[in-house]
Amino acid sequence: MSILWIAVIAASVLSFAQKWVGYQAPQDVLERPRIARITTLLPIALLGALVATQTATSGAEIVLDARLAGLAAAVLLLCLRAPFLVVVIGAAVVAAGLRALGWA
Amino acid sequence: MTTAPPPAESPVSSPAARLRTIRRNGFSIGLATGLYGISFGALATASGLDVWQAMVLSAVMFTGGSQFAFIGVVGGGGSAIGAALAAVLLGIRNTLYGLILAPSLPRTGAKGLARAHLTIDESAALAASGTTVEEKRTGFWAAGVWVYVFWNLFSLVGALAGQHVADPAAWGLDAAAAGAFIALLWSRLRSGEAVAIAVAAALVALVTTPALPPGLPVLAAALVAVAAGLLPSRRRPAKRSATRTITQEGPE
Repeated sequence: MSILWIAVIAASVLSFAQKWVGYQAPQDVLERPRIARITTLLPIALLGALVATQTATSGAEIVLDARLAGLAAAVLLLCLRAPFLVVVIGAAVVAAGLRALGWA
Repeated sequence: MTTAPPPAESPVSSPAARLRTIRRNGFSIGLATGLYGISFGALATASGLDVWQAMVLSAVMFTGGSQFAFIGVVGGGGSAIGAALAAVLLGIRNTLYGLILAPSLPRTGAKGLARAHLTIDESAALAASGTTVEEKRTGFWAAGVWVYVFWNLFSLVGALAGQHVADPAAWGLDAAAAGAFIALLWSRLRSGEAVAIAVAAALVALVTTPALPPGLPVLAAALVAVAAGLLPSRRRPAKRSATRTITQEGPE
């Protein structure tokens, strides 16, 4: 078995273990007021960060391109109370359109 | 525009209708994310992995950021150990998702293992957008299962077809993912505090991007929530009781 295969399998198993271990935290710890408050706020921070990285980064670089216009379209649609699917497709269409036109 | 403003808490839909909507959203997230599997499969084989190795990563590792990091290191001439380390480093955030999700998802037997395996950005995000335990569970499984199905399917397509397939960015799928994340975040931005945390987290992620390996800026941004959670809530110090916070989240 090649070293590459060993790395593929080891990294895959470790990745699963990382996911599994998060669920093993004792519930009484998670229910402490301060911890509960943090786990309530965490999704907001994680989503905010995911929006930023998905929109404006490429590897280790900040890249501003058609994705930014797509995000703007998504925000506009959200302000208009568009349903989820419309928001997602709207963002894609705007970004793809700009790229097809060669503008971004 | 003088459309009558809908009631503050969005349209009154039945719980069942809301669950149907969440399932549909999970499917669209799964499809949009899964199509990226084409890039992964194509890049993996271009980086020197065979089709089987690419598919083990998609089926067993199953966390996009780590998979791209792995093949990035291998493709860049790095060692196999380095590739594994990069992947594990990026996987740390999945542990965090488990911590957040633990109270609302069942935990034993095969389902407990499936739950762990499907813990990724998208399933955690859709679960987080739910307001009841039922909605969180539905969102988690819908996004998790559909991403898994499409991610593996399209990884195989990419690995087999290689460079002959189109670039997902041309279809705007990268912007679609950003749109999905902002849509999931939107409903949570009900207080000034929430907006401040989201904006601060986004800034931290961007500022740390050039300095940290991909995936870690998101973790750095999580510290914003930790800091905010540890700070005493100044606006309503007396009213905030522990039980309130917990019952809102719905214990198991």
